[in-house]
Amino acid sequence: MIEFIVEDRCTACDACVRVCPTNVFDSRPGRRPVIARGEDCQACFICELYCPEDALFVGPDAEAVEGFDPATVAASGLLGQYRRDSGWGEWAGDPRYANQHWRMESIFARARAAVQKP
Amino acid sequence: MVRSDAIAPGRDGDVLRLQTQVLIVGGGLAGGWAAIAAAQAGASVVLVDKGYFGTSGVTATAGPGHWWVPPDPPQEREEAVRLRNARAFGLADPHWMERVIDQTWRTLPTLAGDYAFSQDEHGVTQYRGLRGPEYLRALRQRVERLGVLICDHSPALELLTDEDGVVAGAAGVQRQAGRDWIVRAGAVVLATGGCAFKSRLLGCHTNTGDGLLMGAEVGAELSGMEFSSYYTIAPARSTMTRSMSYAFARYYGPDRRPLDISPGPDVTQALAAALLNGPVFCDLAATPQDIRDVMPAVQPNFMLPFDRWGVDPYQDMFEITLRGEGTVRGVGGIRIADADCGVGVAGLYAAGDAASRELVAGATSGGGAQNSAWALSSGHWAGEAAARFARRNASRAIARARPAGRAGLRSERARRDLDVRAIEAAVRDEMLPYDKNIFRTGRGLARSVETLDSLWGEIRDHAEGRGAQRLRTREAAALVSAGRWCYGAAAARNESRGMHQREDAPAADPRLSARLRVRGIDRVLIALERPTAEVEAVK
Repeated sequence: MIEFIVEDRCTACDACVRVCPTNVFDSRPGRRPVIARGEDCQACFICELYCPEDALFVGPDAEAVEGFDPATVAASGLLGQYRRDSGWGEWAGDPRYANQHWRMESIFARARAAVQKP
Repeated sequence: MVRSDAIAPGRDGDVLRLQTQVLIVGGGLAGGWAAIAAAQAGASVVLVDKGYFGTSGVTATAGPGHWWVPPDPPQEREEAVRLRNARAFGLADPHWMERVIDQTWRTLPTLAGDYAFSQDEHGVTQYRGLRGPEYLRALRQRVERLGVLICDHSPALELLTDEDGVVAGAAGVQRQAGRDWIVRAGAVVLATGGCAFKSRLLGCHTNTGDGLLMGAEVGAELSGMEFSSYYTIAPARSTMTRSMSYAFARYYGPDRRPLDISPGPDVTQALAAALLNGPVFCDLAATPQDIRDVMPAVQPNFMLPFDRWGVDPYQDMFEITLRGEGTVRGVGGIRIADADCGVGVAGLYAAGDAASRELVAGATSGGGAQNSAWALSSGHWAGEAAARFARRNASRAIARARPAGRAGLRSERARRDLDVRAIEAAVRDEMLPYDKNIFRTGRGLARSVETLDSLWGEIRDHAEGRGAQRLRTREAAALVSAGRWCYGAAAARNESRGMHQREDAPAADPRLSARLRVRGIDRVLIALERPTAEVEAVK
C-alpha cells in the first residue's frame, strides 16, 4: 500500500490525484496532495509510474502499511525504479530501458523446453 | 417499489448533464477500443471511468498478449481455431473465434503512432504483446484525438431507460468534483470489466461487477458465470500477479522440502491443494541468467515487491499465494445475444470482461491472449454497432428516461446503515477460498449461495448509500450479485467441465454440454441453452 509522499521531491503537480484508479489522494489548492484514503490503495504502483519527480513510494503489502522509512528508501535508490525500468520521462530513448515486452513469448517457450528436458 | 424521478435534460442543481450518441462505461481495453470504433463511425462519444482511463482495470498493470494468427497460410488460422475449440469443452463457437482472430489482426496495428510497437533483432515489428500502462495510455491518446469526451473518476451507478425499455444513458457520480452526472445517450456500451471480488489481484479493485448488475437490471442475461475459478500466483501478501517467471518456478512445502509440483496446466490445482495444508514457498533459481537480466525491461513491475523486501527470488525461497480472478480470467459475463455484441436489450452492448467470453473461450480461461483479443474485438463491434443504433434512433434522444438502478441505491424497505466493508469481506470469504471455489461441491456451493442470498436480502431491503458511501454501497450490491450468479450457475452445473471442477461430480455429463443462461436479480433463474442455437454465427 501507499507508504509516503516524499515531501522535498513533490512539486504538487497532482498527477497522482488524477491517475490513481482508486482515488487515494486528495488535491489541496496551492499545496502538496495528501494520502487521504490510503486504505483504498490497491498496491498497483501506477502512481509511481506517473510521478515525474519519483516522489511516491508504494509498499508491496496489499493490506498493511509496512512503515518503510523515507530516508532509507531514498538512499536505497528504489524511488523511481518502476518509471526508470519502464523507460518513461527522461529515460525514454535510453537503450538500457527499451521496452522488451515482446520477448515474453520466447521466454515462455524456453521455460516449456526447460521443464520438458529432465 | 422503485422511488425514481424521471430525468429530463436541463433540470437545475449541481449535476453534470451531457447528451451524446454513444456512452462508453469503462475505460479499459474494451472501452478504449469501443470508443475508437464509435468515434470513427462518426458518433459523438462520451467515455466515463470509475478511476482514470489509462490506469483503471487489470490490463493497465499487466502485459497483454493478443491472439495473433496471420491470415496466410489459411490453414494456420483453421488450426488455431480447431486447437482452441478442443479446449472449450463444447461451449464455444468456432465462427466467433475466427472473427476475433481476424478483427484483432486488422485492428491492433492501427494503434501505431500512439503505441511504439517494438522491433525484434531482425527489425520485424512485434504487434502481439503490449505493455499495459503504455497500451492504455496509447488508447487514451487516440480516443482524445478523436474528440471523445473523457470523464475520469466518474463511476456509473445505473442505466437509464425510456418508456419502451430502450437504454437511454446512465447516471453516476463524479467523486472528485463531488457532484452527480447524467449522460443521455442513444446507445450505451458496458465495458466495466470482470469481477474479481476484490481479491488483491493486481489492478482489480475497480472491477467489482458493476456493469453486470446494471445490465441485469434492464433485462440482460449472463452466461458462463460458473467458469470463475481461475487463480493467479503472487508472492504472499503482494498483489504482483505477474505470472510469467513462474514458468521457471520450483515449489517447497512448510518444511522447505521440494513439492512435486511443476509448471503446467494443472499447477493451480496442485498449489491450491498444497496451500490448504500450509504455507508454500517458491524460488525461481531455474531462470536462465539472460532472462533474469532482461526481466525489468520485459515486465518492469515484476521485481518491485522483491526489491523492496530485499528478496532475491532467483536465490531465496519466498512464500506464495493464489489470487482469485473471478470473471476476469474466468469466462462469465453479460450474455452476448447477437453478432454486434448487443445483449438483447435495445440500445445496450457489452464488451471485454464485462461480456461473457464463452463464445470464444468456452469452459476454459482465455488466458491473457484470447482475452485481450476478445476485449479489442468485442469493443470494436460494440462501439460500431452502438454508433449505428444511436444514428438510427436519433429521435429517441428527447424521450424521457428513468433510472433503472435498485440494489444499493434505493432500498426496498427502511434504509439502514450497513457495514459495507463487512459485506465485502463476507463475499470474499465465499468467493475466494480454494476449498470453496476451486474444489467445488454441491453442498458447499449451496451453503455459499445461502450466505450470499442472505447478504443480498439485507442489501436489497436496507442498503441506500449516501454521499461518499453511495459508490461503495452500490459496489457491494454488485459483488454480492456476481457471487450469487457465479455460484448459482456452479451449483446448477452438476458435473466437471473445463475450469469448473466439482469434487462430487468429477466427470463431464454430455447432457450438460451447453451454456448456462443466468437471469434475474432477486430470484436467480438458470436455464440450459443449446449451443449455437440462439447465438447467430457470423461468417
